Amino acid sequence: MYDGERIRPAYEQVMDWVRRTPAEQLALKKAEAEALFRRIGITFAVYGEGGDTERLIPFDMMPRVFTEAEWRRLERGVKQRSRALNAFLYDVYHRSEIVRAGKIPADLVYRNEAYEAAVVGISPPGGVYSHIVGIDLVRTGPDEFFVLEDNCRTPSGVSYMLENREIMMRMFPELFRTSRIAPVDDYPDRLRRTLASVAPGKCEGEPVTVLLSPGSFNSAYYEHSFLADQMGIEIVEGQDLFVQGDFVYMRTTEGPKRVDVIYRRIDDSFLDPLCFRPDSMLGVPGLMNVYRSGGVTICSAPGAGVADDKAVYTYVPDMIRFYLGEEPILKNVQTWKCSDPGDLKYVLENLGELVVKEVHGSGGYGMLVGPKSTREQIAAYAERIKADPADFIAQPTLALSTCPTFVDDGLAPRHVDLRPFCLVGKEVHLCPGGLTRVAMREGSLVVNSSQGGGVKDTWVLAD
Amino acid sequence: MLLNVRHTTVYGFDAPMRFVTQSHRLNPVDTAGQKIRSWSVAAEGAAFGAAFTDGAGDRITTMTVQGPVERIEIVVEGEVETFDTTGVLRGHRELISPVCYLQPTSATVPTGALLELVRATVDAARGTELARAHRFSAAVTEAIAYAPGTTHAHTTAAEAVELGQGVCQDHAHALIAMAQATGLPARYASGYLLSGEEAAEDDASHAWAEIRIEGLGWVGFDPANACCPDERYIRLGSGRDAREAAPIRGVSRGGGAEALDVRVEVAQRQQ
Repeated sequence: MYDGERIRPAYEQVMDWVRRTPAEQLALKKAEAEALFRRIGITFAVYGEGGDTERLIPFDMMPRVFTEAEWRRLERGVKQRSRALNAFLYDVYHRSEIVRAGKIPADLVYRNEAYEAAVVGISPPGGVYSHIVGIDLVRTGPDEFFVLEDNCRTPSGVSYMLENREIMMRMFPELFRTSRIAPVDDYPDRLRRTLASVAPGKCEGEPVTVLLSPGSFNSAYYEHSFLADQMGIEIVEGQDLFVQGDFVYMRTTEGPKRVDVIYRRIDDSFLDPLCFRPDSMLGVPGLMNVYRSGGVTICSAPGAGVADDKAVYTYVPDMIRFYLGEEPILKNVQTWKCSDPGDLKYVLENLGELVVKEVHGSGGYGMLVGPKSTREQIAAYAERIKADPADFIAQPTLALSTCPTFVDDGLAPRHVDLRPFCLVGKEVHLCPGGLTRVAMREGSLVVNSSQGGGVKDTWVLAD
Repeated sequence: MLLNVRHTTVYGFDAPMRFVTQSHRLNPVDTAGQKIRSWSVAAEGAAFGAAFTDGAGDRITTMTVQGPVERIEIVVEGEVETFDTTGVLRGHRELISPVCYLQPTSATVPTGALLELVRATVDAARGTELARAHRFSAAVTEAIAYAPGTTHAHTTAAEAVELGQGVCQDHAHALIAMAQATGLPARYASGYLLSGEEAAEDDASHAWAEIRIEGLGWVGFDPANACCPDERYIRLGSGRDAREAAPIRGVSRGGGAEALDVRVEVAQRQQ
C-alpha cells in the first residue's frame, strides 16, 4: 500500500476510518471477526495445501484496496493471460502451431505429466479448456505486477473471497456505505452462467450443471458445497452419475436426469477408470467417452493442467505474443532452471539473493529465501540443489508490496499476494476482487497458510 | 487375404451386477493394410453410444448394461481384406504427436534387467533406426520365451525380461521399453492374428509393438512371432501400453465375482 513513504490514495478512506476508531474498539472488532469465521467454520486448506483440514486461517480485517484505474490495468493483464493460456491449450491438443514454430520445446508439452493424449483432436465447446483461471500475482510497484503462477485446473480459494467480503460487510457496514466498493457477490451467478455458456451442442433447453466433488473427506469440500449452494446446482459424487448411450445422467428421486455440464473438483486421473486410473472410485465409468463424443462438457477440460505447469510458465509471455500478437501486460518472474548448467552455476553463485523452490513443491514448503537465510542454511540448501538440480528453480527476491495489517502491537506493513478469479466462457470476466494472502510474520515473504499466512478482503474502489 | 473374425467375450457374474460400463476399441479402421468388408459388435440387452474417433485414429464406442445382469455376451464378427505392407502402418489418420510415445507408463519403465538388455543390444544396433528396431525385436524374442501363465496382466516389461518368460503382451511391453530407452517413440498395438494350425485358440487375440521410424512412420514388430505384421494381422488400435490399447476396458459394479471366457477365431476365407 505504501507508495514510497506515502500511503497510496486507494487507502485514504480506510486509513481515515482506522484513525477515527479507538484502539479498544478495533481489538473488539478483531475478536468478533475471528469468532464469525469460527462459527461459519471455514477451515479448509487453500491451494491444495492439504494437511490439517480443521485449521482456521487467520483473517485480517484490514482490507487490501485497489483504485478502479489500478484494477483496470490488472484486469486487462489477467484477461490477456487467460485468453493466451486457453489458446495454448486448444493449440497443443490440435495442430500445435506453437511447437511447430519452435516457440516451446515439444518434450515440455508432450512428455508433460499433465498432457492428456486421450483428448487430442477433441474440441470442447467454445474452444475453452480452463473456465476458471486463478492467476497468482505480486505487486512490486505502482503499475508493476508479476505473475507467480497460473492455475488452470480448479483454482480454489474463491469461497474465502466471498466469505471475507460477507464478514467485512457485516462488521463494517458504515465503510461499505461511504466507500463505493465493487461487489463480488455476483461471482457464483457469473460462474453458473459461464458454465452454462459452454454447454455441449447436443444440450436441449436450459443446461443442467452439477459440481462433481470427491466427497466430504476432501479438504476443499467446504468450498465445493458452498459454491454449489451459492450457484443453486447439485453437488454430486461419482457414484451419483452414470453413463447410458450418448449421455451422462444423474440419479435423482424423480429418476435419471441428463447432465450437460460438469464442474469437476477432482483431478484428471480420477475422472474415469475406463480412460485414466483404473482403480478410481471417485469418477464415472465412461464419462470421458461421452465427453469426447460431445455429450457433456467437463470444466476445466481434461488436460488443461499442461498450461499451468511450473516449467511451461516460463513460456507464457511467448504464448501471449504468439497467439494474441500483443505484449504481455503482466510480467513473469525471471526464472532460472537448475536443470540448465548455465542457470545452475548462476543460482549457486547467487543463492544469497534468490528464492529457490522445488519444481514439484507447493505450499511454501522446502523453499530457500536467500536474503532471510543464514550462511549455514544456504550452504545446506546448495548441497540439496547439487544432488538433484532438475528438481529446483530459482527466482529473484522481489520487493513485494506490503499492506497494513493488524498485528499484536497495532497496524504494521506485511507482504501480500493476490489471486483474482477470471471466468472464461463465451465471454471473459474478471471478478473485481480476489483472495489476498498475507504473510503475518514481519518481513516474511511466504504467504502460504501452511506457513502462518492469513487472508484479507480485497476491494476495488469505484472512481 | 480375406480374413473372417469371430470374437466372443462372455462375462458370468456370481451375483447380479448393478451396472456394467465398457469402453470398446473393437472396430478396426481402414488402412493400407486392411479394408473392412463387414463388421459388427453386438451384445444382448446392452446400449451402445458415445462413439468417436480418438487422436490415435481408433474408433471408440461405449457399451452400458443396466442391471441386474448375470451374464453378458459380446460378439464381434467381421470380414477384413488384408494386404502385406511389410509392417508399415500406412493410410492411417492420427493426430497424437509421436513424442507422446516416448513417455513410458508404469508397464514400460526401463529398469533392471531391461536396461541391461538394452545395453547388451545397443552396441550391435548401430546404423539406421530401422536396423536398431529389428535388433531390439530379435533381442526380445530371445530374452522372453513364450510361456502362457507365467506372467499376468500387470507384469511390467522389466519383470518379464527378468523372468525370461511371458506372452505377447510382455514381448510388446519389453520392445516398447527398449525402443523408448534409446529415443524411439513406441507403442502397443492390439488386434487379431491368423495363426498356424498348431497354435492355441486364444493366440488369435494378439498384441505387438509399433515403433516410429524416421522416414517410414509407424512400423509394427511382433517379437512373439519374430516377424513384422503382414496380411495375417488385423489391427484394432493402439495405446502406450496394454491397458491403454485394450480392446475392452470395463467396470462392473455391485455384483459378485466375475468369470471371463474369451474365444477368438480367425479364419482365411478362400476367394
